Amino acid sequence: MSDDIVDLPTPGTRGGSDTASIVAQGSKTHRVKRRLTSRTATVVSLVIAVIWTIPTFGLLVSSFRPAEQIQSTGWWTVFQNWGWTLDNYAEVLFSPSQSSPQLGAYFVNSLAIAIPATLFPLVIACMAAYAFAWIKFKGAGALFVFVFALQIVPLQMALIPLLQIFTAWLRPMQAWLHDIVPIIPEQNYLPVWIAHTIFALPLAIFLLHNFISEIPTDVIEAARVDGATHGQIFFRIVLPLSIPAIASFAIFQFLWVWNDLLVALIFSGGTQDVAPLTQRLAELTGTRGQDWERLTAAAFVSLIIPLIVFFSLQRYFVRGLLAGSTKG
Amino acid sequence: MTTADLIGKILQILMGLAVFAAIIGLIIFFIDKAPKKGRDYWQLVGFLAPAMVLLAFGLIYPAVRTALLAFQNGDGEFTFDHFVWMFTQPAAIRTLINTIIWVVLVPTVSTIVGLAYSVFIDKSRGEKYYKALVFMPMAISFVGAGIIWKFVYEYRSGGREQIGLLNAIVVAFGGEPVQWIQTDPVNTFLLIIVMIWIQTGFAMVVLSAAIKGIPTEQLEAAELDGTNAWQRFRNVTLPGIQGSLVVVVTTISIATLKVFDIVRTMTAGNFNTSVVANEMYTQAFRASEYGRGAALALILFVLVLPIVVYNVRVLRKQREIR
Repeated sequence: MSDDIVDLPTPGTRGGSDTASIVAQGSKTHRVKRRLTSRTATVVSLVIAVIWTIPTFGLLVSSFRPAEQIQSTGWWTVFQNWGWTLDNYAEVLFSPSQSSPQLGAYFVNSLAIAIPATLFPLVIACMAAYAFAWIKFKGAGALFVFVFALQIVPLQMALIPLLQIFTAWLRPMQAWLHDIVPIIPEQNYLPVWIAHTIFALPLAIFLLHNFISEIPTDVIEAARVDGATHGQIFFRIVLPLSIPAIASFAIFQFLWVWNDLLVALIFSGGTQDVAPLTQRLAELTGTRGQDWERLTAAAFVSLIIPLIVFFSLQRYFVRGLLAGSTKG
Repeated sequence: MTTADLIGKILQILMGLAVFAAIIGLIIFFIDKAPKKGRDYWQLVGFLAPAMVLLAFGLIYPAVRTALLAFQNGDGEFTFDHFVWMFTQPAAIRTLINTIIWVVLVPTVSTIVGLAYSVFIDKSRGEKYYKALVFMPMAISFVGAGIIWKFVYEYRSGGREQIGLLNAIVVAFGGEPVQWIQTDPVNTFLLIIVMIWIQTGFAMVVLSAAIKGIPTEQLEAAELDGTNAWQRFRNVTLPGIQGSLVVVVTTISIATLKVFDIVRTMTAGNFNTSVVANEMYTQAFRASEYGRGAALALILFVLVLPIVVYNVRVLRKQREIR
């Protein structure tokens, strides 16, 4: 009986409802403690956690071991075969020798690809999402569904013709750019940026639209009445209000681009001028599949940025995942 | 890398960003200055055009071209040759079979393990850390994951000390070390494990969120009715997370169909481990067999299509109920 009374939001009973919420909280913590505990469940989850962590851990340990030890003993014997070194990292990152991986340049490439390839689709998708949400036009619904449906098209469907288009149109532009600013190599980031931007758009438009269309109509209407143009509304109201959605998509896109191999293989040309870390790594596993002292260190150089992003921005990353997976 | 290279790269990024900002800035500037009459139209065009132009030239047109290319021979004449090749050559058939094995195993196993894990650690102490451990592979590139697991599967001939964890375990139990990566058909399954390792975290995070969304009252009511944990899971939790389960399975299936990097890094498709997405790359961009590549891409599209359509339908139905 009494529960029913406090549940009603009667004016002037703030104090009452506060006590109610405390009571509710109390019973919640009580419930939280009473969870499904069984020994088997605990053991199984421990086993899973260990299996999921050990491979990465082994690679990390190995990357700090001297070459001859990696090659002759298992990393789990590191206590019997003591020895730690930073040589592997120095070798893969800074060694000037032509035969070494020279990851420094590729690391810069990965950053140079990922940052613009995150920003470009984000801005373009925000604009499109705004148009779909707040500019009324005929066929808006159908066009929006069509853009969403483009996710059906696997990347692979676009690759061959896109490469042909790029060779016909973008190559001359790159050559021209190289002529004006000789310091920019003829093989530059332009094709990779454009490809990543295109492939990101359908999902980006969809996710950002979901968020942008939830902005209260009153806010937009009030700005319109005050005589704000669409440009002003977009920059002053929509973008600031959409920061959470933008942040989670940005993390997602950044990681996706950083981890990509396929687009890089096809559009980068594979030289130190443009190719990202992933491409270099794939190459190394092919040609130097036995040089574990190099491979382990090289792999960790490529993992470091995504792991930093993951551990520091995990919350937003998860939010983006949930938004992306529940699709609406 | 010389300093000049580095400067060149930084210059490129800055120029790229500046040009992009200039284009977007100009578009917005001009639509705000457009004549009153027809301004709405120009504004719409300004906001939509960048995305639509890119999608039209970069996705729609190429996809149509690829579909046509799949039915053309070198001289541009209509042919079924590429599909005949795909369904008659043993190597190509093996690729298709492998893809089916991948798309059956990866979504099922990662969803089951992810679900079990999220149920087991639900509300336990340190849930956050438990989750982070299994979720972490999601952030790692498939190439990185490939190297991590290649190291686990590393082989040293008998008598020498094993440096790969798997062979070390085999030897510790008195077995002979195996060249895992080269041994058909076990190698396909070992590659699949890598994908499962990556995707389980995704399944776990989404399903865990869904489980937390189930009203506690329902679980308590079931508990009062004297049900055991398994019955509560079957009758309350599972129905409650059905929608998320569909999403997880479909998302992982699509990702699995398109998997390329793992196979590329670990075997490059050798030793009978190739899958459609990898074969598409090999045919089109290594062997310059554009027709075959296009046909494989088309097959990929056909395989993904029903999964996405089903997904959209289920979601629409759920929305109607809501």
